[in-house]
Amino acid sequence: MSASAEGCGAPAGGVSASAATGSQAVVEGRVVHQGAPVATGYARLLGTGDEFVAEVPLGEDGGFRFYAAPGSWTLRVLAPGGLRAERSVEADYGQVTKVDVTI
Amino acid sequence: MSRSDVLVDADWAEAHIGDPGVVIVEVDEDTSAYDKGHIPTAIKLDWKKDLQDPVRRDFVDKTGFEALLSERGISNDDTVLLYGGNNNWFAAYAYWYFKLYGHDQILLLDGGRKKWELDSRELSTDVPERPRTSYTAKEQDSSLRALRDEVLGAIGKRNLVDVRSPDEFAGRLLAPAHLPQEQAQRGGHIPTARNVPWSKAANEDGTFRSDAELRSLYESEAGLDFGRDTIAYCRIGERSAHTWFVLHELLDQPNVKNYDGSWTEYGSLVGVPIELGDGR
Repeated sequence: MSASAEGCGAPAGGVSASAATGSQAVVEGRVVHQGAPVATGYARLLGTGDEFVAEVPLGEDGGFRFYAAPGSWTLRVLAPGGLRAERSVEADYGQVTKVDVTI
Repeated sequence: MSRSDVLVDADWAEAHIGDPGVVIVEVDEDTSAYDKGHIPTAIKLDWKKDLQDPVRRDFVDKTGFEALLSERGISNDDTVLLYGGNNNWFAAYAYWYFKLYGHDQILLLDGGRKKWELDSRELSTDVPERPRTSYTAKEQDSSLRALRDEVLGAIGKRNLVDVRSPDEFAGRLLAPAHLPQEQAQRGGHIPTARNVPWSKAANEDGTFRSDAELRSLYESEAGLDFGRDTIAYCRIGERSAHTWFVLHELLDQPNVKNYDGSWTEYGSLVGVPIELGDGR
């Protein structure tokens, strides 16, 4: 994987085009506002009771990706101008759950 | 030390852009964010390339730190304002690191890059040229850093604060959920550690919660005994630098160390005790 696999940070330039998923539980998607990708903003993955799990900055194409544990999660998107959105998502090993968000 | 001595807001940062005594520094693991746009006049530090030893697993030594700051044009008299992505994890790590080498005029930008972006404040792609300086660091302050033997000796005796996510603490994940889970070391946590995820100390926009909220989080909710010394750890030592900042700098706790070896070291040691399962 990339250098970020050794470190702990979110990939600042966003995610690459394809996930090497294998047996991982992947949640990924794109964020769009008025037909254009949202390149400045953040995707947060939350557990029960809004418990924070992870956060990534959106990529140039508005993309995000998480490697979650299997289960039910809430995806929250934050962008400048107070834009925000929330979606419920399910993740499971060996699956790529696609969540495209229009805000 | 108190909050106003160590933490500034975005308005303060904006007002000090171009101030000759203030050097604004963006710190990240992946500096492509800086390259796309940064706070005007800010220079960058790469958490890995600049701050870590390229061969041994350690951060750069005193001579390396002096060479780095001299080359980037930071002098001993400058006030250094740090900010970064990932809710300031790497900026907090750099803050801890500047403190280790005795730089006292150091500030963290509350909310870091995220709040700056969400506020739609100005970002610049101009890279400033700073004249070379001759920086002199102090010897490393060992009162701020825990090494593995000290951590083993602290089990059951000091506060151990594991600031990773609950799934990492329990041993279900080996890394945060935005990273591939391919590491080989064992999962779990150091026995007697309390799990207080770093994220509980931060608001959604990346700013720190109030002192009263933070005190209640660590003392009432997590049951930390503020009368005892504390060691914070995570996976590689940057999320725990965020918590070290909260406990040592914001809440003014005297004896708090960051264990930068963290789980990638502890979880790979042969023969040490490991606990599995959720926190209390």
